[in-house]
Amino acid sequence: MGKTITEKILAWHAGRDEVRPGELLGARVDLALANDITAPLAIEAFRAMGAERVFDPSRVALVPDHFAPARDIPAAENCALIRDFARQQGLEHYYEVGRVGIEHVLLPEEGLVLPGELIVGADSHTCTYGALGAFSTGMGSTDLAMAMALGEVWLRVPESMRLRYEGELKPWIGGKDLILHTIGSIGVDGARYRAMEFCGPAIDALSMEGRFTMANMAVEAGAKNGIFAVDAKTRAWLEKRARRDYRAFESDPDAVYEEEITFDVGALEPQVAFPHLPSNVRPISQAGEVKIDQVVIGSCTNGWLEDMETAAGILEGREVHPHVRTIIFPGTPRIKLEMIRRGWMETFIRAGAVVSTPTCGPCLGGHMGVIAAGERAVSTTNRNFVGRMGHKEGEVYLAGPAVAAASAVTGRLTDPREVMGG
Amino acid sequence: MSGMILEGKAWRYGRDVDTDVIIPARYLTLTDPAELGAHCLEDLDPGFRRRVRKGDFIVAEENFGSGSSREHAPLAIRGCGVSCVIASSFARIFYRNAINVGLPILECPRAVDDIGGGDHLRVDLERGMVENLSTGNTFEAQPFPDFMREIISLGGLVEYVRKRLGK
Repeated sequence: MGKTITEKILAWHAGRDEVRPGELLGARVDLALANDITAPLAIEAFRAMGAERVFDPSRVALVPDHFAPARDIPAAENCALIRDFARQQGLEHYYEVGRVGIEHVLLPEEGLVLPGELIVGADSHTCTYGALGAFSTGMGSTDLAMAMALGEVWLRVPESMRLRYEGELKPWIGGKDLILHTIGSIGVDGARYRAMEFCGPAIDALSMEGRFTMANMAVEAGAKNGIFAVDAKTRAWLEKRARRDYRAFESDPDAVYEEEITFDVGALEPQVAFPHLPSNVRPISQAGEVKIDQVVIGSCTNGWLEDMETAAGILEGREVHPHVRTIIFPGTPRIKLEMIRRGWMETFIRAGAVVSTPTCGPCLGGHMGVIAAGERAVSTTNRNFVGRMGHKEGEVYLAGPAVAAASAVTGRLTDPREVMGG
Repeated sequence: MSGMILEGKAWRYGRDVDTDVIIPARYLTLTDPAELGAHCLEDLDPGFRRRVRKGDFIVAEENFGSGSSREHAPLAIRGCGVSCVIASSFARIFYRNAINVGLPILECPRAVDDIGGGDHLRVDLERGMVENLSTGNTFEAQPFPDFMREIISLGGLVEYVRKRLGK
């Protein structure tokens, strides 16, 4: 019986010839990740376990990105706790403000997450690295403590579902539109406990950034992981970045999937998830008149250089609507530097947008862009739950960077074609 | 979590109760369960915290605990005195986290269909039995796999790893 990429990676890491969906197993971890929200509890659990040293100081990454630069004294104390632990353990991958980026953009950029690897992170969007053909999944702090202590986690082998995308994408359509359309179709638990395997001609044509965006939101459909086969684009992306050798797996032609869905995306319009679920998706033509107060462009979902390019292309020579706050937060310092080199910082500032340091802040209503009661935000982030970006009576509309930038210009939810023509 | 009979009132919610409403991110610099518990569900049901009593149950429909990996969510539920969450289904990270930190959970869609807000429940965790004293109906929850039973019987993942490390 054939096996999927996910099953092959898990078998390799469990030291087995093969595994079957539903099995529980112990598996070796290539990298364990935590941030400033989840690491404090993980460190507490690590100590309670009686552990003294992490299993390998080169394979634990601590990334203070959520409430850093510290938003208040408790956040500062959590960041200090993490820094002290990183120093005491001699961790190679701890990032101080100035070098820190948003974890799921930073680690791929650093070449620390690679095809065929098993990555666990105490952050639900750890599933992002599936874009590189890795098995990666989010867990809680206590699971992460076990990974830090033993270099191992327990996992249930997920059933796989295959999602195939046919057709050629129209201009302004990207990975965000594909994944929102998918979640809109299958629901927020449509892939619960499963592996989502993405394939098809539209995926082959999609950039690496677009694939990261799709894998990132697999958890929004309830999935354990999202995964893509390694191709020439993946190898090219890794060429200057990979810090280790890697092993690329592919699914067998007779691999077994619990469900297979094909989407024809040739005519797909820009997609928007209305409050308060990522599955509450409509094409932009059916959005109606939605006036907005804030636009957020960035995050682990859309904080890539390509997203910044899309936004800059729309805001170049235009102005943000006077009633709108537009906050742009690139994924990493390296991306921000490249934005300076390419002149986009000037584009954004002249347009009346603010460019933040890389942080998760506004996405989860932490800081740097919290919304008030009654305010509406168009955001390229991944969740629009009640209270996600601040006040429980605020509203978040999820979209890709093109819709977000176009909406910033008009002050209402807007199709990029309206602003740019075509 | 074994050998315990729990009794209390049901707090009934719908589907997709996410971790952002269980404990909003503005409180995530806290780590103490009691402090987290003081804000549990405040954006979904502002009256809950004032009226919940020790031993009560949260009863919810599909996909309970969806969203973020924050372990603060099961800690907040435990911290406000809730003895057990009964749901039609759980989001996977929440499910792991609850077992790892010793918050009892039961997956039992038929019981959820039967239970209304304010019903009085009796739950036998060891046998996975849910009894709705208000309707007189009894339900059996999905059993846990053996490996998870081992973690549960040790009181959580911390003790499991302690044992592995020979502590």
